[in-house]
Amino acid sequence: MSELLELSAARAAERIRTGELEAEALWSAYRGRAAADELNAFTWVAGPEPPPVTEGPLGGVPVAIKDLFATEGIPSQAGSRILEDYRPPYTATAVERLAAAGAPLLGKTNQDEFAMGSSTEHSAYGPTLNPWDRSRVPGGSSGGSAAAVAAGIAPWAIGTDTGGSIRQPAALCGIVGMKPTYGAVSRYGMIAFASSLDQAGPLARDVTDAALLLGAMVGRDPRDSTSLGLLEPIAPPGATDLRGVRIGVPEELSGEGIEPGVQERFEETIELARELGATIETMRLPHAPHALAAYYLLAPAEASSNLARYDGVRYGLRAGGDGDLLHMYTATREAGFGTEVKRRIMLGTYALSSGYYDAYYGRAQKVRTRISEDFRRAWESFDFVATPTSPSVAFELGAKLEDPLAMYLQDVCAVPMSLAGIPAISIPNGLADGLPTGFQLAGPAFSENRILDAAHALEDAIGFDGSKARE
Amino acid sequence: MTTQPASPAGTGWEPVIGLEIHVQLKTRTKMFCGCELSFGEEPNTRTCPVCLGLPGSLPVTNARAIHYGLLMGMAFGCELAPRSIFARKNYFYPDQAKNYQISQYDVPLCSGGALGDVRLQRIHLEEDAAKLVHVGESGRIHGSESSIVDYNRGGTPLAEIVTEPDLHSAEQARDWLNLLRVTLRQLGVSDVNMEEGSLRADANVSVRAAGGTELGTKTELKNMNSFRFLMQGINAEVKRQVALLEAGDRVVQETLHFDPVSGRLSPLRSKEEAHDYRYFPEPDLVPVAPTEAMLAEARAALGELPAAREARYERDWALPADTARLLAFEPAWGDYFEAAASAAAPLEGRVVANWVTELRGRLDGGAAAPAAVPPAAIAQLAALVAERRTTAGNARKVLDVMVAEGGDPAEIVEREGLGAMDDDGELATVVARVISEHPDVAERVRDGNAKAIGALVGPIMRETRGRADGGEVNRLLREQLGV
Repeated sequence: MSELLELSAARAAERIRTGELEAEALWSAYRGRAAADELNAFTWVAGPEPPPVTEGPLGGVPVAIKDLFATEGIPSQAGSRILEDYRPPYTATAVERLAAAGAPLLGKTNQDEFAMGSSTEHSAYGPTLNPWDRSRVPGGSSGGSAAAVAAGIAPWAIGTDTGGSIRQPAALCGIVGMKPTYGAVSRYGMIAFASSLDQAGPLARDVTDAALLLGAMVGRDPRDSTSLGLLEPIAPPGATDLRGVRIGVPEELSGEGIEPGVQERFEETIELARELGATIETMRLPHAPHALAAYYLLAPAEASSNLARYDGVRYGLRAGGDGDLLHMYTATREAGFGTEVKRRIMLGTYALSSGYYDAYYGRAQKVRTRISEDFRRAWESFDFVATPTSPSVAFELGAKLEDPLAMYLQDVCAVPMSLAGIPAISIPNGLADGLPTGFQLAGPAFSENRILDAAHALEDAIGFDGSKARE
Repeated sequence: MTTQPASPAGTGWEPVIGLEIHVQLKTRTKMFCGCELSFGEEPNTRTCPVCLGLPGSLPVTNARAIHYGLLMGMAFGCELAPRSIFARKNYFYPDQAKNYQISQYDVPLCSGGALGDVRLQRIHLEEDAAKLVHVGESGRIHGSESSIVDYNRGGTPLAEIVTEPDLHSAEQARDWLNLLRVTLRQLGVSDVNMEEGSLRADANVSVRAAGGTELGTKTELKNMNSFRFLMQGINAEVKRQVALLEAGDRVVQETLHFDPVSGRLSPLRSKEEAHDYRYFPEPDLVPVAPTEAMLAEARAALGELPAAREARYERDWALPADTARLLAFEPAWGDYFEAAASAAAPLEGRVVANWVTELRGRLDGGAAAPAAVPPAAIAQLAALVAERRTTAGNARKVLDVMVAEGGDPAEIVEREGLGAMDDDGELATVVARVISEHPDVAERVRDGNAKAIGALVGPIMRETRGRADGGEVNRLLREQLGV
């Protein structure tokens, strides 16, 4: 049993393919653990009956899906009261693709409401606990997916990343998480937070698993105009060194504001990279310090519009339906949305208001363009940019709930890549005070294969052991 | 346009009118999803996750709608944006499933251009709203007991065409809107039916002292869903504004709702119109960047437009303006006319055109000529009259037979005895006999009462069973009466 759970997803898939392992046995092992989940990682778990499995590269290894992916007939609540027990009539493209590639749905995972948060405490269905220390948060917003994978409750999972929501929880839970290039994975069926930033990606135990899962998700989807076909398929990563690789370390995203333990692990990993043959240089991303401010105008602006549809008219929660229209709107949204969501709707509505648009939304768009240009310039001299993923290790439940700005700072290193739409991975690179830290590697648009290769080489050298969280 | 601006009688005020026209595009599917357009189906049967705005769904722009947009832009000589942008117009109302409408805002597909002598400001594409039915006395959402929503219409592609304020009377507005309608119909982009709502016009109306150049404060008139209501609404509003200004008051900028029952305009409640739409670029869609292939396809589909056809009929076939417009504005009849006139050559086009309009009149304004009466038959009929083998009056009877049962006009003339009298001597005898039978009438004519001659024509036509030529009868009567 425990040996089964110690198999990576890719190895499990391989054993199923060779007949050494039965898909049903793997299903039952994980299904049983998910049903007995004590971390509140899941908001819905599949029934015990092993599902029919499509033959494919994912080999029948079940996958956990973040709550905000639409799954036909299955609750898809995006962590919100306003969508309590909402069961969509259709399934998201990414989920369909995973099923077609041989990964049946194990369950839906907890998240911050509408992906707004960095701790999964902003879920209407209660917080998820960090398997390394249950008094601490798993990060967020894809905290349920991260905790489930780290705890060995799910072989692998998918999440979404708008401004760090895959990478930061991956870092805080000691697993691998990747946000691909914007457009690489279809957004069709992803309950939207901020459309121009939202991007789905894998959360996995190691880089090989992440690559395998990502490879089954990507591709142009005619139902998402912003989706793009990759130039080459995602390949299994195999690199064992970093010879000839140039890595830039942006001054703006390291050192100050980073917890000492996290900074130490980061510097050790940089040293490892050098030993593997990489050349390392500090460099500048001059506009990166403005990224968080721009992000907290653009993302709420889009969210204020994306979330307008939750009004009690068609689906989800309805309150005050016996009054007039305005009463129903306000009562429904008052009862259905949590504090953080309301805060961001207010922010975004303000940023788009006539008379303020240019000063807020317009200026934030300009900052976004500058940040993209910073990265484009960086790629003239570097293959990758490296930063700590999160400035801290997992913090205690409740520690930042009353201080939204402190919570927002969790994503200070992740947001610039989101604004630029470029791919970035977080891999575990050690422990600080017994809690995992994350190392972020970002590259130019569509450099997923190169990032995965470099991450694979580093992963080997780091030798992180996450088994403690699975005990 | 030939209609002269008519200032309200005796006031010295000049109306200034601009139109905002919403046209439902004749695509197979909706603007941003694959649902087929609805024509009176059961409510909420033409819907999908996208047009219902379900969580996670995404819009995809209808390529056919873009094609139609380009077609209109080319037809009106607009500037076509190399990258036009869809935006979100945010407002809470149950007729928008997402509580925003996807529309074009600061970068529309088409800018500028003109139709006739009215300049266009822009043409942009957007999605139509769903239909709300309010239960209760008011018929509006305020004060209704409940409201139900039918999303079948939600997401239907619309083009919004905005003119410059180049119109100066209700009649001119109506005539121009009709020109737009026939042009769009010819382009094949829309059914353009006001009663069915596939063409909807709002008017921006202001007045100014005749001869002035500055624009007065305008009001926006909504819900004028027929040509008659459009004129009624504009006329009522012009009258109201003139009365206000003459009384020393000022016009307040507001939106007015036209009530077709009372013919009156009432202000929309400010709650229904005070909006900050918080426009921003639609992040779910990429800009519309027409490719060379898309432009070429639109160019190829353009064809001859009604205004150009009208000018050609006047120039090449010497048709009078009203006939030229009638045939040019109904392309099927225009094509029919051209086939008939070509077959009848060297007979004058205007003669053939008269018989074509005669036929069209018998079909109650039907959209196309019946197969039983091919253009060659009309050409033949016109020739029979021109060759005096039948009279104009009898030819109309022949036409009746042709419409009813088809057939060759010459054979019908023969069979029904509807030929012209070819012997003037026979007609002269009949004329003499009728004069002798009506000495009192003859006397009155000779005494200078020219109109009385009509009382003799009837008996002559009766006696000849219509085969006599009316002009010849008149000539013989005058000759024999010596007047």
